[in-house]
Amino acid sequence: MATLTPTLTVKQPKSRHGGGGDIPHYPGGGGGGGGRGDESPDYGERLRRCRLGLAVGIAPIVMLFVAFSSAYLVRQGLASWDLRTNSYINDWAPLRMPMLLLLINTCFLLLSSLTMEFARRHAARLAAIAPITAMPGIAADDESSFPWLGITVALGLGFLAGQVLAWRQMEARGLFLSSNPSSSFFYLLTGMHALHLLGGVIALSYAVVTVWLKRPPEARHIVVDVTAWYWHFMALLWLYIFALLIVAH
Amino acid sequence: MTQAHGPAGAAPATVHGHAPTGFIRKYVFSLDHKVIGIQYYFLALTAVCIGMILSLAMRIHMVWPDASIPFFGAIKPEQYLTLMTMHGTIMVFFVLTTAPQSGFGNYFLPIQIGAPDMAFPTLNMLSFWTTFVSFAVMIAAFFVAGGAPLSGWTNYPTLSAIPMAGPGEGLGEDLWLISIALFCVASMMGALNFITTTLDLRAKGMTLMRMPLTCWSWFITAILGLLAFGVLLAGGILLLMDRNLGTSFFVPGGLVVSGVPVQHSGGSPLLWQHLFWFFGHPEVYIAILPGMGVASQLLSTFSRKPIFGYRAMVYAMMAIGILGFMVWGHHMFMSGMSPYSAFAFSFMTMAIGVPSAIKTFNWLGTMWKGKIRFTVPMLFAIGFVSLFVSGGLSGPFLAQPAIDIPLHDTYFVVAHFHLIMGVAAIFGIFAGTYYWFPKMYGRMMNDALGKIHFVMTFVGAYCIFMPMHYLGMAGNPRRYSQFTEVKYLAPLIPIHKFITYAAIITVSAQLIFLFNFFWSMKKGKTAAQNPWEATTLEWTTATPPPHDNFGGVTPVVYHGPYEYSVPGAEKDYIMQTDPTPVPAH
Repeated sequence: MATLTPTLTVKQPKSRHGGGGDIPHYPGGGGGGGGRGDESPDYGERLRRCRLGLAVGIAPIVMLFVAFSSAYLVRQGLASWDLRTNSYINDWAPLRMPMLLLLINTCFLLLSSLTMEFARRHAARLAAIAPITAMPGIAADDESSFPWLGITVALGLGFLAGQVLAWRQMEARGLFLSSNPSSSFFYLLTGMHALHLLGGVIALSYAVVTVWLKRPPEARHIVVDVTAWYWHFMALLWLYIFALLIVAH
Repeated sequence: MTQAHGPAGAAPATVHGHAPTGFIRKYVFSLDHKVIGIQYYFLALTAVCIGMILSLAMRIHMVWPDASIPFFGAIKPEQYLTLMTMHGTIMVFFVLTTAPQSGFGNYFLPIQIGAPDMAFPTLNMLSFWTTFVSFAVMIAAFFVAGGAPLSGWTNYPTLSAIPMAGPGEGLGEDLWLISIALFCVASMMGALNFITTTLDLRAKGMTLMRMPLTCWSWFITAILGLLAFGVLLAGGILLLMDRNLGTSFFVPGGLVVSGVPVQHSGGSPLLWQHLFWFFGHPEVYIAILPGMGVASQLLSTFSRKPIFGYRAMVYAMMAIGILGFMVWGHHMFMSGMSPYSAFAFSFMTMAIGVPSAIKTFNWLGTMWKGKIRFTVPMLFAIGFVSLFVSGGLSGPFLAQPAIDIPLHDTYFVVAHFHLIMGVAAIFGIFAGTYYWFPKMYGRMMNDALGKIHFVMTFVGAYCIFMPMHYLGMAGNPRRYSQFTEVKYLAPLIPIHKFITYAAIITVSAQLIFLFNFFWSMKKGKTAAQNPWEATTLEWTTATPPPHDNFGGVTPVVYHGPYEYSVPGAEKDYIMQTDPTPVPAH
């Protein structure tokens, strides 16, 4: 029968994997969890896949905070009908934050992002020279073993401790979660960010442990690399939240 | 099938792990996407049975309000609302979101694109078990003090935000929210996996525009889920805080509920509605898009013709997905909204009619002058198109605020969304089940039983939902537990009785399906590798597929997915992996 198909020509199959017909299978977590490595020759491909997974995984986190932000702005500008007074009221009290402490916390987080980047590049270097250092009689330079990862974890924990301190100061001023919509949103936004950052700290701690576990440098690089991008995203997210709280207080 | 794999693809898949042998690793905490797909499918099957029983209890109570129903007893009005809430929640989340996307998508997306598994198998397993816990928490809401919540599947505050608003609004409501939050997290993990897999694990030669439309539908649905569920999660967190931590996001001031003044002030119930429906409308497409993919696949296969307008189908799905995020306000015309916003939402909603019509006409164009094989999956695919049109046509009516306002709280809306989102999506699931059963279990489902099941379900669905349009236009309100006491509705009672009879018969017909499903699993006719003479990759591999899907080789793809009745070709279909060039004509 007549069909609607145009003339068919067989195209040469296009390779997405540099000519190797083999698509390996890797178990491994997404998000900040990183990959569970083995000495696979295609670690570059695995690295790309984990990075892609992270980029996709960031989208719902962005949507979560977009939703919180829109609720924030709507709730702030909203005059709602109050049955007690039979009138429209707006009960938003301007937000008073412990600014100095939060600024110090911000510095902690930005600094940790910097050390994280050093750690990422260091891990990438180690992974790149891994085939050479695997040869007998060749060792990597000792100066490169500066504990960037450990410092990042410490700075991250410092930030979290600072946030807890900020909550204590808010409470000391009598601003609790349910005191006012502005304080509700303060605790909500900082709390949700801290929760997500905690996930990054756990992933980083795992990356630190992989050093002791003597995992191959390639596998370690993937964990560190994916966590690093997540960490940078967390820093950006904090800057956004802080800016939102300042601008729309 | 002679050329199961292209010769160029005969490279050994060395890295893929060996199949696990222990029962727990193989069937319970499995990393294999096929096992996870079946786990999702059975979760949905359990859920749909519960949801159906709830709806039956509602229908019976509606026309015989004093009848004592087994397991439920004599239903009180608030209990009716509980049934309605749980019916909606279970059906929308654990059936319509779970079976077509997570079930079939998990099983067949990797195979159809030629991958050995999902991109992140551990995450995949985690996603299923989170869904499972979410389902368990939801069911637990039935058994706690006060029972399940009664605030509807849309869960509007202030009803949902205040524990003393009703008997189920205590612990039951908290469990509902926790369950939905878990479901959101699980769905986002699943969507992450679907997207990464589609982008990164396609076999050599499987370009995006050579993917079967099923894969496109799962891919687009995953993007919708990724973006929509985060917003519902945000709303859920805010509502949980309102309920348990004393915040006032959604509760206005000065309320007195059950004689007790409420200690909240300044919040807006409308805020919840915006957050909920920003998720809720894409959710409708999350339920229906995979059905569209399956219908496209099956109509082409069984008409022995290429799909009409492949690219148009892809772009139409994308357009539906994008527009789906811009129309949430049409659920809120009744809630109070500026007429200008209502106009914008109304316009965008009617714009969705364009890509939907493109799809419908392409389906008809695919069948036009085809050599149609009326197999059971094909019947369900045609049924899908029929129900999609019937349910969709009432959409442009309801999209207009002036018409929506009188119809919104009537059975007209019940008819609309059940036809298009409920039954049409279920027909997509049935079509997929009959179509892929041979690949999943290596046996054919019984043809005669399948046809009886189709006729009864198809006629039954129309008998149930078509009269509801009339009820709605006559002003019959929805969400009411009984009508027998209301004078102006008395002339409509016979129609309600007819619907209830039709529901009882249609639900009984599903027993035929269940029997066919489990009987065929053990006793069905052994299936050939490619029983439907289809072209996509799942039919090139063994039945059921081995642990790494293609038995150590990686397929290479040379053709698009719908090369049927190609002039000059040897057979009336060309497998995607067939390396021989097609003679020009």
